[in-house]
Amino acid sequence: MAQLRQLRQRIRSVSSTAKITRAQEMIATSRIVKAQQAVAASKPYADQITQALTALVSHHVGIDHPLLNEQPEDKRTAVLIVTSDRGFCGGYNANVIREAESLIKALREQGREPIPYVIGNKGLTWYRFRDREMAESWTGFSDRPTFASAEQIGRRLAADFLKTDAEGGVGEIHVVYTEFISMLSQEVQVRRLMPLEVTEREAEANAAVLPSYDFEPSAEAALDLLLPNYIESRIFHMLLQSAASEHAARRRAMKSATDNANELIGVYTRQMNQVRQAAITQEISEIVGGADALADSGGE
Amino acid sequence: MATLKVGLVSPEREVWSGEAKMVVAQTIEGQLGIMPGHAPVLGVLLDGSVVKIEPADGGEWITAAVGSGFFSIADDEVSVLAEQAELGSEVVVSDARQDLDEALKAGDADSTAERRARARLRAAGAEA
Repeated sequence: MAQLRQLRQRIRSVSSTAKITRAQEMIATSRIVKAQQAVAASKPYADQITQALTALVSHHVGIDHPLLNEQPEDKRTAVLIVTSDRGFCGGYNANVIREAESLIKALREQGREPIPYVIGNKGLTWYRFRDREMAESWTGFSDRPTFASAEQIGRRLAADFLKTDAEGGVGEIHVVYTEFISMLSQEVQVRRLMPLEVTEREAEANAAVLPSYDFEPSAEAALDLLLPNYIESRIFHMLLQSAASEHAARRRAMKSATDNANELIGVYTRQMNQVRQAAITQEISEIVGGADALADSGGE
Repeated sequence: MATLKVGLVSPEREVWSGEAKMVVAQTIEGQLGIMPGHAPVLGVLLDGSVVKIEPADGGEWITAAVGSGFFSIADDEVSVLAEQAELGSEVVVSDARQDLDEALKAGDADSTAERRARARLRAAGAEA
């Protein structure tokens, strides 16, 4: 009978776990929608700023700005790693960190000196546990990034980019983040953020001709403002994509956890019924045996 | 009469969009009124200024407080992009006043925080 009690207890504990994972799954599902809306809401700004920057660059050949210059003498390289603050999201963080580690290795082989900049508690714990050097870390907004956080990160990166190696600056900035492709698929992406690659695309024959802008107060002032804003908008986009991916990964992980729990409850319930049935059968056979013995002794 | 297609966007959302007769924005060098047929301009907004829009449907002027950003005008399309943008009707006056007091207390006159707080108050139609 002790086993019966144990099984009941186990079913209780598994079903309370299932309730928790089910709740997490539903929360994640609703947040994916919100995260996707945030991505959509950020699009007009991102499009406009890209268009303005393109217009600016295409009208000023030989444009020169410190944020655009390659810095071959600076070997230090920033690797911005976007992870989540909370766990319960399957392989999401592991995938990002694996990709980041292979990037770091590849950069090292090129003779560069990679330095992680970490976003999210999980990545931070990973690097801290291994006692790795980190230039900076940010936490607390991975599931709902605001533009203010992107701004903060962008400012720091741009400032470090303008410094030289000796001052603790960096010569290149790479980002590892997760792109939200669909509910079922998210892909870890590695991008070089700085120096910006301003490619002057050949205007296609039927592409709209960009107007020749006047600049108020000057093209240089506009560029000074546009470039950092563009970088911040890129980072914001990456944060939003990562947040949407995080929720999608969490939803999937929690869904399979709930499914597993329900399966386990089924198995335990069957076992419990078996044990109970066996106990009843045994009791009946004991009674029948007892009655037979009584009848036998009474008959003599 | 031709109208302007106006979009006022911040990184997090589209704050206002629609048709307008006139837009007034403030650059570092001064105010700029934009009406249909304006030459293409890409201008830097004064951080902590007010953008005013006169809607084409004859409604009341729309005011918005903007932080660091820029605007572009091309083919009767005006886009105002600001890292911080808030419609006057959304500003909570007491909050803005508190921000202004804090900025003033912090000491440095004509700081960005002070200008932004004043812009928010002006956008809301309150005394700054």
